[in-house]
Amino acid sequence: MLKETKVAEATYCYHCGDSCPPSPIIFQEKAFCCDGCRTVYEILNENELCAYYDLEKNPGIKLKTVKPSAHFSWLDSPEVAAKMADYLDERQTHITFHVPQIHCTSCLWLLENLHRLCDGIIETRVNFLRKEVFVRFVNEKLTLRQVVERLASLGYEPDLKLEHLQPKNRTNPYRKFYLQLGLAGFAFGNIMLLSFPGYLGKVGAGEEMFFGLVSLGISIPVLLYSASDYFRTAFQSLKHKQLSIDVPIALGILALWIRSAYEILSHTGPGYLDSLAGLVFFLLIGRWFQNKTYDRLTFDRDYTAYFPIAITRISSEGKEERIPVTQIKEGDKLLIRNEEILPADSVLLSLTAALDYSFVTGESDPVLKKQHDLLYAGGKQTAGAIEVQAIKQVSQSYLTRLWNQEAFNQDENKGMSTLVDKTSKVFTLVVLVVGFLAMAGWLFAGASMGEAINILTAVWIVACPCALALTMPVTLGSAMRVLGRNKFYLKNIGTLERMATINHVVFDKTGTLTDREGAKPQFEGEPLNRQELSWVAAITRQSNHPLSRRLQGIGTSDTELSIITAFREETGKGLEGLVSGHKVAIGAATWADPATVPALEAISGSQVHLVIDGKWRGRFVLPQEYRKGLSTILNTYIYKGVRLSLLSGDHDAEKGRLQAWFGEKAELKFRQSPQDKLAYVHSLQQGGEQVMMVGDGLNDAGALQQSQVGIALSEGENNFTPASDAILDAGAFELLPVFQGFAKSSMKLVKAGFFISALYNLTGMTIAVSGMLTPLFAAVLMPLSSLTTVVFGVTAIKILSWRQKL
Amino acid sequence: MSAIFILILFSLLVAGGFLIAFLWAVKSGQYDDDYTPSMRMLLDDKPIAEERKTL
Repeated sequence: MLKETKVAEATYCYHCGDSCPPSPIIFQEKAFCCDGCRTVYEILNENELCAYYDLEKNPGIKLKTVKPSAHFSWLDSPEVAAKMADYLDERQTHITFHVPQIHCTSCLWLLENLHRLCDGIIETRVNFLRKEVFVRFVNEKLTLRQVVERLASLGYEPDLKLEHLQPKNRTNPYRKFYLQLGLAGFAFGNIMLLSFPGYLGKVGAGEEMFFGLVSLGISIPVLLYSASDYFRTAFQSLKHKQLSIDVPIALGILALWIRSAYEILSHTGPGYLDSLAGLVFFLLIGRWFQNKTYDRLTFDRDYTAYFPIAITRISSEGKEERIPVTQIKEGDKLLIRNEEILPADSVLLSLTAALDYSFVTGESDPVLKKQHDLLYAGGKQTAGAIEVQAIKQVSQSYLTRLWNQEAFNQDENKGMSTLVDKTSKVFTLVVLVVGFLAMAGWLFAGASMGEAINILTAVWIVACPCALALTMPVTLGSAMRVLGRNKFYLKNIGTLERMATINHVVFDKTGTLTDREGAKPQFEGEPLNRQELSWVAAITRQSNHPLSRRLQGIGTSDTELSIITAFREETGKGLEGLVSGHKVAIGAATWADPATVPALEAISGSQVHLVIDGKWRGRFVLPQEYRKGLSTILNTYIYKGVRLSLLSGDHDAEKGRLQAWFGEKAELKFRQSPQDKLAYVHSLQQGGEQVMMVGDGLNDAGALQQSQVGIALSEGENNFTPASDAILDAGAFELLPVFQGFAKSSMKLVKAGFFISALYNLTGMTIAVSGMLTPLFAAVLMPLSSLTTVVFGVTAIKILSWRQKL
Repeated sequence: MSAIFILILFSLLVAGGFLIAFLWAVKSGQYDDDYTPSMRMLLDDKPIAEERKTL
């Protein structure tokens, strides 16, 4: 009795949570939707790993297909293993896989307990945000291929792309930064404690000497390690005859340390070492704010992240074998399965092929090719498997060469901040001049050379633009986090600064303004059977109307069905014809007999009514294929006086509709090649415009790089995006103008922050010039100015985001 | 006053110990992934025994 109720309730698959077919597979009183799910359960059950199902409800991943075992055979090649592994010796292999399926605690638990399931695995560690699994296994017991197969058998098939064959650096680049920060913090705390007695009152000469020497010792690693990056960048900018913000910082740090060391060693004073350590510590905190990174996103992806790692080759004996794409040679026969990407320029051997180049060229419809046609790399086969013969290697193919063109990789110091750059130039000159003037003034007034040098160093110490250098990273770093919360991920804070100046926005069409998935038509009414669906497909194939084109894919149509008699199309109303002896009419509500059409609720988007043999059957609802909120965005931009353009690789069928949205003045260009797009952006920039490009495909990559701000639109965090300055989640597309307004306001706050820090600097320099700067005063003023800017930046952005409801 | 010298040297020794612990922690990669451990700590080490009991 109990058993029965259990089964009756469990209409969802115990493994993957999908709804089960009417008669689910029952195994050990649990319902499964398919054999694949049951098999995974069996494996886990045998190995007593069923805690997987206790941690989360229906955590499993449905196996799409049971792959033939030959699928991963290419992993047996030792060269491939050597290239993919992080570390490899005779006994062990260390390797990191990207597994996009990781989504919950159960995944984490199962993958980290893989050693219980798979003899030979020593350790597995998951990085949840990066969706990576690190595996360490013994070569004697397992091969790389077996590890991948085991993962795939559980539903966690690693995502293997060409980029995984390239040399990589696995150590975290932030390790050095954490060390620098920790060291500076340690020194700051300890030196402050040692300086404190001196500030409170008289300390014996012996103690002062002792405290000073200990402080000096602690300060050496701060100077040589924690602050080393500032010296290096300052040196570089001087070499390029520029005055970046790091120049006065390096000057201040040096002045502080040399003066302090001199005072301590000559027993003339306690020095300013607490200020030095505090300064470096705060500066590094500012960098920490600025270096907010998104672990799961990569901004610098190239075509290697798009290409698969392996492809099926048909050997001369007609056998199928999987090989890494880098091993494709001219003349190789390749088998491209449905949904696979063509990695090398080839000639088609099969009769026909339909390749989806939307990602590479922006064309929305699949390109139909015939036998012996030349196929360029990068297309995705959409209708069945095809055989092709490679005519070029991957490295020589169209897409690869396109990518390696210089224009596509140029990066005109995009990271440099123009505002800070300008400010620091003036600032550095002022500091240098004021320092020397004060020194000259004191010499003139009869001071000794020693005293005059004291004044000079005092000016340089107190003028060290710590607060100035902190304002931008802290304010914009916080702003970046706010935007990240709203699914707009910026590469760095420079992007935000440039966003504030944009006066021309260029959009790509396919995949950017339109939904890449192309929202599927939904049928409302009594469900249609297969035959009826194929009739709809057949009749819509006769028409070139955009709505007809979207309905064509709704059913498979046999060749005999393509014979349609009495076909008639009336513009603006609909079409009708006889298919297999049945009268099928499709079109607007007025096209059908009004008496038979029931009252239906109004919907956004288009609707098409279906009448078969005079009987109204229901309506197809075709959701708007352009993104939600597109006209609002465009109107906002037009209202704000931002110029708009459209660059599409597609045909111009939609030009009229788009022109109405973009406005009369906007330039809409169609059939644009990747180079055309880049050239257009470049020509706008020549005309003095600040260009922001929004795109999504490989064909936009050059234009994204060229424009001041290149934004890649992404349907999901794991999808491929071309190299860009920012990644915008498709769900947040509507908010784009709001984000830009936010960037503008943030820049105003940065300027306010500059003003505050300038006030501090002015006060400090006045005191330094008048010769009244004491270590105590410096120790209070410098951290205080830094703290003020940090607090100001963070709170102001908080208030701003709250007011703009971000 | 000479007690202060010993005390300070001693406190620096302790602080230095912590600094070395921090340096080791960073170098051994403990700061590389600051998210996954928060999930991992919720998992039990030995769910096998439990599984047996419930069956």
